[in-house]
Amino acid sequence: MTTESTNGGLRVGVFVCDCGSNIAGVVDCAAVAEYAKTLPDVVCVVRNRYTCAEPGQNEIRQAIRQHHLNRVVVASCTPRQHEPTFRQCVLEAGLNPYLMEMANLREHCSWVHQADRAAATAKAMDLVASAVGKARLLQPQEEMSVQVTRTALVIGGGVTGIEAALELAESGHKVVLVEKQPSIGGIMAQLDKTYPTMDCSI
Amino acid sequence: MGNFTVTIRKKARYVDPGLCNACAECAKVCPVVTPDEYQMGLSSRRAIYIPFPQAVPSSYVLDMEHCLGNNPVACGKCAEACEKKAISFDDRDQIVTREVGTVVVAIGAEVYDPTEMDDYGYTRFENVITSMEFERLICAGGPTEGHFVRPSDQRQPKRIGFVQCVGSRNPRMGRPWCSNICCMNTVKDTLLLADHYPDTRSVVFYQDIRAFGKSFEDMFQRSKEAGVRYVRGLPGEIHEDPRTHHLIVTVENTTSGKLERHELDMVVLSVGLQPPADLRKISSLLTLSKTSDGFFMEAHPKLRPVDAPTRGVYFAGMCESPKDIKDSVCQAGAAASRAGALLNAGKVTIEAITSRIDEAACTSCGVCVRVCPFGAIQWTKGTPAVVVEAMCAGCGSCAAQCKPGAITMRHFTDEQIVAQVRATLAQRPEEKVFVFACNWCSYAGADMAGISRMQYPASNRVVRTMCSARVSEEMVLEAFRCGAPVVLVSGCHYADCHYINANRQTVKRVQSMWAKLEKAGVRPERLQLEWISAAEGQKFAKVMRQLDELRRTVTPEEIERSRKAFKPKVRRAAAEAATAAPVPGTAT
Ligand SMILES: Cc1cc2nc3c(=O)[nH]c(=O)nc-3n(C[C@H](O)[C@H](O)[C@H](O)COP(=O)(O)OP(=O)(O)OC[C@H]3O[C@@H](n4cnc5c(N)ncnc54)[C@H](O)[C@@H]3O)c2cc1C
Ligand code: SF4
Repeated sequence: MTTESTNGGLRVGVFVCDCGSNIAGVVDCAAVAEYAKTLPDVVCVVRNRYTCAEPGQNEIRQAIRQHHLNRVVVASCTPRQHEPTFRQCVLEAGLNPYLMEMANLREHCSWVHQADRAAATAKAMDLVASAVGKARLLQPQEEMSVQVTRTALVIGGGVTGIEAALELAESGHKVVLVEKQPSIGGIMAQLDKTYPTMDCSI
Repeated sequence: MGNFTVTIRKKARYVDPGLCNACAECAKVCPVVTPDEYQMGLSSRRAIYIPFPQAVPSSYVLDMEHCLGNNPVACGKCAEACEKKAISFDDRDQIVTREVGTVVVAIGAEVYDPTEMDDYGYTRFENVITSMEFERLICAGGPTEGHFVRPSDQRQPKRIGFVQCVGSRNPRMGRPWCSNICCMNTVKDTLLLADHYPDTRSVVFYQDIRAFGKSFEDMFQRSKEAGVRYVRGLPGEIHEDPRTHHLIVTVENTTSGKLERHELDMVVLSVGLQPPADLRKISSLLTLSKTSDGFFMEAHPKLRPVDAPTRGVYFAGMCESPKDIKDSVCQAGAAASRAGALLNAGKVTIEAITSRIDEAACTSCGVCVRVCPFGAIQWTKGTPAVVVEAMCAGCGSCAAQCKPGAITMRHFTDEQIVAQVRATLAQRPEEKVFVFACNWCSYAGADMAGISRMQYPASNRVVRTMCSARVSEEMVLEAFRCGAPVVLVSGCHYADCHYINANRQTVKRVQSMWAKLEKAGVRPERLQLEWISAAEGQKFAKVMRQLDELRRTVTPEEIERSRKAFKPKVRRAAAEAATAAPVPGTAT
């Protein structure tokens, strides 16, 4: 797949996570790591036991410094869970957080192909190749920051909404509470005694 | 994010709560009598009323639907009786707007109405009531002032049956969830009866008793010690003796395996809870999702239990799932603290995935303006379009639709996605199903399949975009050029799109591509479109199985044909050459 020309400026690091046995129990992570070394512009491949744990993150930060990495691929779990973690991690090593890309070897691979090690490993390799492919074209990005209006809206004036509104107000925030019925109280206002304390509801 | 403009309809009360001192003179003269909702219709109220004595605001309110009005049927008796002159028939709904930085959704749940479960005779037999009606009948503030009597003869019932799981844990009715509170509520009710009326005998028909919370087991044991009988098994039908209005319950006791017949004075249906009526409306206003049971879905079931997927929105209480007061209060605190942290921070950053328009390349056609669901693109004919970044949510509809390729989605560029397609299909593409999945629903649905360890064939390769509307024709064609036998575009269900209605563009685009494939002699079903929600792990797995079957039917000749049928755009090649020289990162 290395038909595209490699470019001297790009230095991609790939971090393959075992996630204990969550990934490594199904996917041959050693083979995936070996394969990653063959991908264009990849200059460093590291296997981690748990990439998200502090030792794993340290390895990323160290490798960035040591190998002057300017793109990072973390092949671990779903970005919906850990993208913020790894963005922060590369930022701490001086890299723009948008120069990190993830490959989802756990939710999308090891956990759903438990009976087929070979096919899962082949798929994991493709997912890493895909992430490296994207990572090579990533650009640093600046996030825009916006002011937060210092008022909270609470929709629903049952016991939940009342509690939330009071607590926000107690910590000094302005709160707008919206209730669609003529009175607040919700279902609880209709109850007599309530379990487990058997005391009155209102 | 961080700034919401809320439009609130402040409903007319026709009574000024600042003036009303709840003296009740108005209700005394009101000639209208209508069922009292607070008392579950077990007693009546007037058209001008206070919902309940402890209501907040502590003020009467006029129910215009039932009021005779003071014009043309000049009634207006209440206004005459009101010394404070608090009543005004000219009151109107007001629209007010507020700027807020965060939203806590706490719209609760709806109590199940057992009318449809006719076998229990709720509408036919007076002495079959719901647990909600029980609350009013046993309450000192209720219609009978706490004298627990049965509706048919106003006499105190001695033999009371409770039927559990009414409208809950019933997959056949499409209501598979446990309503969480009804077991303990029944245990509570039996203890109240044993306390107030030691001569009553209660029997509870159940599937399992769920007494898992702190001190719940203790209550359950006390109920049993008080003589309450627990019979494992739900009755199929309830009959009434028309003469005595006693109820006959036949039930298979699944512990003993015997059929039991119970004659009871009264039956309480322990009704469950269902998603709130306004869930859909609030969902579409705030782009929230729901789980398969229809309640709101959290950003993460364990780690972010009160965060909505939309940043700056939190939920708490029963709208997330049925729960008791303690759990509701806990969640309320959690949501308040999450919302408070955001307010304290005072500033938020917006993920840098927004759209950018290259002025030089823009031909000023105006297509992007039409497809942007957020109205984030400003344009006047003849000048290049401009994106208002603070309004752009990053769906990418515009970029996918921009013919001259003038739009770049930061962090999800065409080149990046095409590079993923190529890298993924570099080897043995014929064995792969190529999947574009939207971040919010389908990608999350695949995550859900993983979390639930649902097994499916390993032939698929997923690439994530923020929205299915980001997937351009070129991206799909590139997958075919690379030799993919089957391509899937997947996104949120039609009404659940996280970008208002961006996935309508997806539909249009896929439909036009089907025509294009057909014309090129490529089987249109090789391009698939599926809606898979974040909760539908099972559906994701099923679709993957089906598409694996489908890709096996695609012949090498067909693949060869689709490899060659679609000429790559020259522009794309040029654009890629331009980005091939990378801007190195900012590593120190
Ligand atoms: C029969 C029964 C008995 C129970 N007994 C007990 C008990 O003994 N002990 C116990 O701990 N729990 C008990 N519960 C559970 C208890 O009622 C709930 O925990 C509690 O009501 C949850 O409060 P909530 O605010 O989340 O929802 P709700 O009480 O449903 O309140 C929601 C509020 O939001 C409002 N709302 C809805 N839509 C909108 C909208 N679009 N805009 C503005 N406002 C809106 C509603 O009008 C309502 O006021 C019982 C429940 C039932 C049904
Ligand atoms: S709490 Fe008890 S009665 Fe309610 S649905 Fe669950 S099991 Fe059935």
